[in-house]
Amino acid sequence: MDFNLKIWRQKDAKSKGSFKTYTVNNISEDASFLEMLDILNEELVIKGEMPINFENDCREGICGTCSLYVNGRPHGPDTGITICQVHMRKFKGMKTIVIEPWRSRAFPVLTDLIVDRSSFDRLIQAGGYVSARTGGVPDANAILIPKNKADEAMDAAACIGCGACVASCKNASAMLFVSAKVAQLALLPQGQVEAKRRVQKMVRQMDIEGFGNCTNTGACEAECPKEITLVNIARLNREFIGAKLGAQMMAV
Amino acid sequence: MVKLDAKIPAGPLAEKWTKYKAGQKLVNPANKRKLEIIVIGTGLAGAAAAASFGELGFKVKVFGIHDSARRAHSIAAQGGINATKNYRNDGDSVYRLFYDTIKGGDYRSREANVYRLAEVSDEIIDQCVAQGVPFAREYSGYLDNRSFGGALVSRTFYARGQTGQQLLLGAYGALSKEIHNGSCQMLTMQEVLDIVIVDGRARGVVSRHSITGEIQRHSAHAVVLATGGYGNVFFLSTNAMNSNGSAVWRAYKSGAVFGNPSFTQIHPTCIPVHGDYQSKLTLMSESLRNDGRIWVPKKLEDAKKIQKGELKPTEIAEEDRDYYLERRYPAFGNLVPRDVASRAAKERCDAGHGVGSTGLAVYLDFADAIQRLGKNVITARYGNLFQIYEKIVDDNPYETPMMIYPAVHYTMGGLWVDYELQTTIPGLFAAGEANFSDHGANRLGASALMQGLSDGYFVIPYTMQSYLADQINVPFFKTDRPEFDASEKKVRAELEKLLSIKGSQTVDTFHKKLGHIMWDHVGMTRNREGLQKAITMIQDLKKEFWNDVKIPGGIDGKNMELEKAWRAADYLELGELMARDALDREESCGGHFREEHQTPEGEAMRHDDKYTHVSVWEYQGDDKEPALNKEPLNYEFIEVKTRNYKE
Repeated sequence: MDFNLKIWRQKDAKSKGSFKTYTVNNISEDASFLEMLDILNEELVIKGEMPINFENDCREGICGTCSLYVNGRPHGPDTGITICQVHMRKFKGMKTIVIEPWRSRAFPVLTDLIVDRSSFDRLIQAGGYVSARTGGVPDANAILIPKNKADEAMDAAACIGCGACVASCKNASAMLFVSAKVAQLALLPQGQVEAKRRVQKMVRQMDIEGFGNCTNTGACEAECPKEITLVNIARLNREFIGAKLGAQMMAV
Repeated sequence: MVKLDAKIPAGPLAEKWTKYKAGQKLVNPANKRKLEIIVIGTGLAGAAAAASFGELGFKVKVFGIHDSARRAHSIAAQGGINATKNYRNDGDSVYRLFYDTIKGGDYRSREANVYRLAEVSDEIIDQCVAQGVPFAREYSGYLDNRSFGGALVSRTFYARGQTGQQLLLGAYGALSKEIHNGSCQMLTMQEVLDIVIVDGRARGVVSRHSITGEIQRHSAHAVVLATGGYGNVFFLSTNAMNSNGSAVWRAYKSGAVFGNPSFTQIHPTCIPVHGDYQSKLTLMSESLRNDGRIWVPKKLEDAKKIQKGELKPTEIAEEDRDYYLERRYPAFGNLVPRDVASRAAKERCDAGHGVGSTGLAVYLDFADAIQRLGKNVITARYGNLFQIYEKIVDDNPYETPMMIYPAVHYTMGGLWVDYELQTTIPGLFAAGEANFSDHGANRLGASALMQGLSDGYFVIPYTMQSYLADQINVPFFKTDRPEFDASEKKVRAELEKLLSIKGSQTVDTFHKKLGHIMWDHVGMTRNREGLQKAITMIQDLKKEFWNDVKIPGGIDGKNMELEKAWRAADYLELGELMARDALDREESCGGHFREEHQTPEGEAMRHDDKYTHVSVWEYQGDDKEPALNKEPLNYEFIEVKTRNYKE
């Protein structure tokens, strides 16, 4: 298969970027999308040009590193999957593929297709954990957890922190990402103790980082490669209102 | 020659770790604030160690190659983590996990280290549950377990097919807490290029920021390498694209010695290779062998037709299928250890019974399990793995059997460390896959996560204090010392040398060539002639690389070709050492199978009289052969036997 690729090139964070057009030929339909970019990069290097910088690591859909906006959709045309797991057979019949970085104020472009997602780390640092120290904890079976609660917590915990939810949202809101962590820990007895503090601190950090507000359009859910659902956002709202009304209201 | 002192505490096996902790030196809380530790790597071992050091009150600097600590490759581990809880009442105990691990490693690991690993395994599960790791549970609310290879008990805890992800996010949470509290500082997108040694002790690193290209200097009282394994020397492996062996290799060239470099794990259940543009291999969790049955066609003509696409696996009658693991190993069946399962697959494919268009694949069939348990149960257990398989191969494993083939997965070899996880450079520690210590010649499934977290949460926070206790009067180091000047100068010179070659071939071209040499001659089976040939071929390839590699751009700014070239240059040297080690070890043990040393039935044949030792290699200079040291392995508490998974 042959394709025209329109790819965002930007030297560094300060430079102005633009689209450049490349062509690739004889691509196998069994090649992955990133392997197609590898092939292009090998050709560029041989010509003495700088290869296209893009983020990737595990190439099996779990590390959350890859982050490409392909033909107007985060992670490309398939659903429930990251771009590293999309194979070229999904592009059969297409001539042009447009490849951009995530676009969001909280994710500034660093170079080409690489953005700075450290804001996600700071959201977790604000309280997305159970403050258990190493050692001195009870036996793993001391506190029972109903299977359905553990399963729901796992559904939320499956988030890979890629940022597709932010990239797909017209408001660039991080609600799905934050709600997945809030929901996971609110569902488990171990996370209950700090639940009220956690939700307030994480919501406040979201505002500090410049993420937009959630207007319930649901684009995040539709594009999430791990199929994290809007139910988590509903849970976050419930937890947040509960925390504001509760006796533990606090200056966070 | 270096002096190897494993520092194993005296006394009965079960009391060694307790005795060590009772007698070790500690650092008082006020002094901990005056001591800095650098941790390189943010996987299970690195993140757990960094968080634990921070909680204790040390000042910690954590280095990662990714944009976030959460991306480290521990995240991709699928199946589970072992512990001796015996929640199933099926006869598990600390001794049994210790025994299984030593036996699984084919009697080539250190008794005291392995016993300690089994001893702390229960604490790990407690810790992770406390962090909010959503392990699988039964309807009663109690934790669920599954079985893994090489064991007769069900001791593996899991979180669907994403156990590594959940454990890493637990450790990442703990690290995030310490970053928030100010005890840990996270430095992302940093490639560590050299270890700085001052007066014989590790005192810092020189690194390059992968976006800006800035070369940086960082000092500390001690340095921990938790950088994972070097499986990417084979180019194609289940490792992530950025996983690399460079920090470990730089430590080796600075004087740390290397244990058993040739001990590599080839994982039996991976998606087969499909084309020369392929960039990596995808693992299908070993947990699939709980319910999947492995087979190939009995008749050669059936295998030929399948390879040509003229016959479908579902059209082959039950009596014409060869469930070769169940046939050869009745006691363990499909749950034999990884090295045994991998070689058995290779043996069938080499004999012409392989399937798929290349003939280099075997079937992993769930038809029986779906009939017995129902599709819903299989989906609940393995749904995400089936989805990954379908997306990659474009075939539905609920209807046709999966095709799998062995692939490079894990390196048991690594930096030699003593009981305290310290290398032969004082102040330089190695944890997790980066060290050689616990898995001998073959690692059992669900033991890598256990070792990473054991080293990080429960071992190194103790042993590090022993080292730092006499360092409390050593003030913070400045990075304007001559040792840092020299290190930065050396690193810059090497980067510039790579850029100045301006040859005609890309880095990946060389890396792929190296991968083929390694897979063909230092892979699943090895022989003297092939290994000798491999050494010459790698030396020639190294010369060619340094004359003809083409790298665009400069040191400043993002330059991924330069990053890859740095790593490939190290792989070219590391690959040679692996071949040398495999050549020296004239026996078969675990994942190291020398064709000259096998039983008439094709099983591995050890030579305990000559090789019951760790092969410890010592760098002597770029153009000199490395020196071989030996750490004898004394089995005081376990009877050394031939591994038997048949009865």
